[in-house]
Amino acid sequence: MTTELTGLGVSPGVVVGPVCRMGGRPALPPAGPPPADPEAEVGLAAAALETVAKDLAARADGAGEEAAAILEAQALMAADPALADGVADRVRAGASAAHALHAAFGEYRELLAAAGGYLGERVADLDDIRDRAMAAALGRPLPGVPAPGYPYVLVAEDLAPADTVGLDPRTVLALVTERGSPTSHTAILARSLGLPAVVGCRAAAELADGTVVRVDGGSGVVVAGVDPAGIAAGPPAAARPDYTGPGRTADGHPVQLLLNVGSAADFAPDAGGTGDAARAVGLAGAEGVGLFRTELLFLDRSDMPDAAEQQRAYEELFRAAGGRKVVLRTLDAGADKPLPFLGLRPEPNPALGVRGLRVARVMPEVLEAQLAAVAGAARATGAEVWVMAPMVSTAAEAASFAAAVRAAGLPTAGVMVEVPAAALHADRLLAAVDFLSIGTNDLGQYTMAADRQSGDLAELLDPWQPAVLQLIAACGAAGRQAGKPVGVCGEAAADPLLALVLVGLGVTSLSMAPRSVPAVGAALAAHSLAECEQLAAAAVAAAGAREARDAVQAAAR
Amino acid sequence: MEQRTVTVGSASGLHARPAALFVKAAAVAPARVKIRVGDGRAVDARSMLSVLSLGAKKGTVVTLEAEGDHAGPAVDELAALLERDLDAEPGPA
Repeated sequence: MTTELTGLGVSPGVVVGPVCRMGGRPALPPAGPPPADPEAEVGLAAAALETVAKDLAARADGAGEEAAAILEAQALMAADPALADGVADRVRAGASAAHALHAAFGEYRELLAAAGGYLGERVADLDDIRDRAMAAALGRPLPGVPAPGYPYVLVAEDLAPADTVGLDPRTVLALVTERGSPTSHTAILARSLGLPAVVGCRAAAELADGTVVRVDGGSGVVVAGVDPAGIAAGPPAAARPDYTGPGRTADGHPVQLLLNVGSAADFAPDAGGTGDAARAVGLAGAEGVGLFRTELLFLDRSDMPDAAEQQRAYEELFRAAGGRKVVLRTLDAGADKPLPFLGLRPEPNPALGVRGLRVARVMPEVLEAQLAAVAGAARATGAEVWVMAPMVSTAAEAASFAAAVRAAGLPTAGVMVEVPAAALHADRLLAAVDFLSIGTNDLGQYTMAADRQSGDLAELLDPWQPAVLQLIAACGAAGRQAGKPVGVCGEAAADPLLALVLVGLGVTSLSMAPRSVPAVGAALAAHSLAECEQLAAAAVAAAGAREARDAVQAAAR
Repeated sequence: MEQRTVTVGSASGLHARPAALFVKAAAVAPARVKIRVGDGRAVDARSMLSVLSLGAKKGTVVTLEAEGDHAGPAVDELAALLERDLDAEPGPA
């Protein structure tokens, strides 16, 4: 007996596999009456701690040296006899297992936090063990990405970047989340790893661990209760391993196909043998980097990386790009994407707050230091480096940024178009800078006034929304008028059908995850520029996102 | 009661790997050993959290205590472990 669930398909591919749920952090339930059988409750708490200690010790076995040291220390903490005594005492005094655990851990937490330094940093490790022990005592799945020892479909309410550090595409077959949208972290992560993914699937809340599901990341359909033997999993759609570049339409109009990367490691050949031919072809055939997300290098730093360290990191990436052009984006941080060393104050609306280039208003030295390091790295490697700023709202900001870039000795300055005001004034921006790069994820968010993380509003965040396409058209027209490049580096660029529309709107380069390059290249090569322009006109004129996609799908090759 | 006073020899003090090695050895020692810094409270050497909370650094002077049968050898063994620079020694194969 199968059940069909639907969500939004955000990363194509079909797989069949068992569900493993990722647990969220357990909330402490309200305090109830003392346990009826205190000794049994003591046993429950002790068993929870033992489960956690064993699980952590097992993970330590399979981990690299550094991770193993932390996991082993955590396992010892979970097995700590003094902690167990503290928990038992509290249970006998009338607390439930979960409450006793929470309080006992809390005592040590205060000790460690007060000591500061190295011990203060162990507080996070302790909180992690506490959450795991509480989850075990409450009979819930353990928080964090599961490691059951076999390949599985990861099901979660949602996935934050921190949750998915170290996600291994060899053991995780697909991602299914209850919330999330086409531009949420889950979608971006899935596309970069080449994993099928379905988001905004509310009914996934009912999927139990072990249920065998068939996930179709293209249609967004998840079928539960399939026979694992009966259905063969298909490879991701359109691998097209024969693409070599450079990007161009059927009649030879050039469209640079570029890569979105965060570090030199993104260029590493696939040592794990997942056989991702599309990624390898994309890495080789792309004409450079269209988006180098510099903040990814420093996400966990509590002190600002100094000029020398930054320069080394940038040099490493420029070299990995192998003599090809690199478009570098200055630090894109905000209250929701915090860089600890910036010390940004929490804000009620981080998406509308001090983020991206706006940080330079309050901390100009951070931008200066970064530009100096970029310039140093460009000189040292001889690389062709273009620099752009995120979250630009006015032509004045663009001009001031361009001045700073040139003062640092870098010849080519641009800005990202994410804010509707910037799109509406694209012509004024291009009077001050050398190029524009459209961040379609955030442009969609701000234009449609819909939170990127919202599953309820996923339809508004569909990159095919005609109003957003119209703003992209304004940028394309301004670029044509000024004779300057206008690229797209958001997720929209990776969609072969939408890429045709973007080119028809005047976009001159498309930047995406490596594995998306071959399919986009093939789609472009099959259509003339005039055909792209016709498809674009149809999309912009459509009544809505779905109609736009349907119209282009029907007319394209 | 058997006592030994030693100086912590590991570069990172009684943190991380040295603490883990010490606590694991204490768990299998033939007697129950306690550890204190100066005149501070003596804590169970098998308790990772208590040992960490001592905040012992390289050069900190600590005292190990144990009672009953086999107290002497237990304290000797753990004292010898503390004096070594465990950070300089290679990990398990």
